[in-house]
Amino acid sequence: MSTATEQTGYTTGELQTIVAARSLTGKRSCFIGVGRPSTAALLARMVHNPKLVLVYESGTIGAKPHRVPLSIGDGELAETADLVVSVPEMFNYWIGTGQVQVAFLGAAQVDRHANLNSTVIGDYDHPKTRLPGAGGAPEIATGCQEVVVIAPHGKRTFVEQLDFTTTRGDRTTLVITDLGVLEPRDGELTLTTLHPGVTVEQVREATGWELRTLDNLAVSAAPTDEELAALRELVSR
Amino acid sequence: MAELVSLEDGVANVVKDGDSVALEGFTHLIPFAAGHEVLRQGRRNLELIRMTPDILYDQMIGVGAARKLVFSYGGNPGVGSLHRFRDAIEHNWPHAIEVEEHSHAGMANRYVAGASKLPFMVMRGYTGTDLVKHTNVKTIVCPFTAEKLMAVPALNPDVAIVHAQEADREGNVQLWGIPGVQKEAVLASERSLVTVERIVEKLEPRPGGVVIPGWVIDYVAEAPGGSQPSYSLGITERDNDFYREWDVISRDRAQFLDWMGLHALNAHPTATPISA
Repeated sequence: MSTATEQTGYTTGELQTIVAARSLTGKRSCFIGVGRPSTAALLARMVHNPKLVLVYESGTIGAKPHRVPLSIGDGELAETADLVVSVPEMFNYWIGTGQVQVAFLGAAQVDRHANLNSTVIGDYDHPKTRLPGAGGAPEIATGCQEVVVIAPHGKRTFVEQLDFTTTRGDRTTLVITDLGVLEPRDGELTLTTLHPGVTVEQVREATGWELRTLDNLAVSAAPTDEELAALRELVSR
Repeated sequence: MAELVSLEDGVANVVKDGDSVALEGFTHLIPFAAGHEVLRQGRRNLELIRMTPDILYDQMIGVGAARKLVFSYGGNPGVGSLHRFRDAIEHNWPHAIEVEEHSHAGMANRYVAGASKLPFMVMRGYTGTDLVKHTNVKTIVCPFTAEKLMAVPALNPDVAIVHAQEADREGNVQLWGIPGVQKEAVLASERSLVTVERIVEKLEPRPGGVVIPGWVIDYVAEAPGGSQPSYSLGITERDNDFYREWDVISRDRAQFLDWMGLHALNAHPTATPISA
């Protein structure tokens, strides 16, 4: 993935994960999928929020995995969970009702309203690329109170027009990329924070629509030694 | 009362060409051994139903057993694409398949309606997505509050096949760990087969154990290691390395067919787990 620069000593991917982990400070519970979101949530439990309740759509609530799981159904999730429920119970009692505060989601395409596509690239009936599909995302995005999207920043991902609307963006509060952070302002994703060393031009260049930008942009804090050490120890397990 | 049979007889008794078949198991307890036996018996033209097609349906689609796929997430969890699933949809290989897709919440509620013998379930969802145009859901108005809700139709497959850790000699089944939608799938279906890791004299209560009584199951067959490369909590472990290897094996059509011939289609059903 991204390479560490000699100047900073961390990769843009590591920073993205750490910024995502920080966003869980003070939150009660987080719904997570696999990959970077899962790494970020585990890191948050190590550094920023030890009591954070992790919820995986396999029905494992309060899972405390030692290693970043490959799938949402790894055995360690069930063995360490506070409770394990069926899929219907997961979605009807826990997701659809807003019991879970934050959701981490990814997607192949994101539009300016934070709507997501994870279904097809191209025409639905004759797709150029068939993606996995909706999974739990549509109801997670309308059930959980706050949605955080984690995605790589590029024109293939941040598009003017989605090929398919899989998931609505109404409840999205943050979009965390490897370049910065976008937040909804007056119904449209707006660049609010840059990662250290990134320019506004770089972000605009990597966005498929005319990106709005705050006048007084914040800059993400560089990873602390504690964050970086914890993250590296976590992924080495 | 469920009849204890061999895996071959169990599959032969429940699955016919053209059936709608749900082999369930949400990441955990995926009935690989039974799915491979369906393929060894040469069943074709199947409507394959599964929330997460996973490697098992990638294999069944890739050898040409599927007429239609009903699903909600067609990826290799944590790894990436299911290449045979993609090849069938993107390039009609080995032939075109019909697709009906839902969200997880939609599929789960369709099973609940099926198990409840109700025509549909209501939920909040689908609204504002393009799924509405491409699948069979309809809006419905709540008769009490006038809220607009989404109705999802019942799923009542011809056949459900699920895997569990244990059964007793009466065919009562117990599974534990991630329970998925297996109980719902069995209760929703016309016929059912449950494969188990082992037959025991008596089912011992387990934390989080889900018991499916033998009198709602048609056949139970012993199939040790039958959920590999997924897993049966407490007995086998998920073979994460194989899930990664599948990404390579399944990319190429010829390599895929070779692998299937060697490890699934011609293998004896009591052979060691495919990932061993």
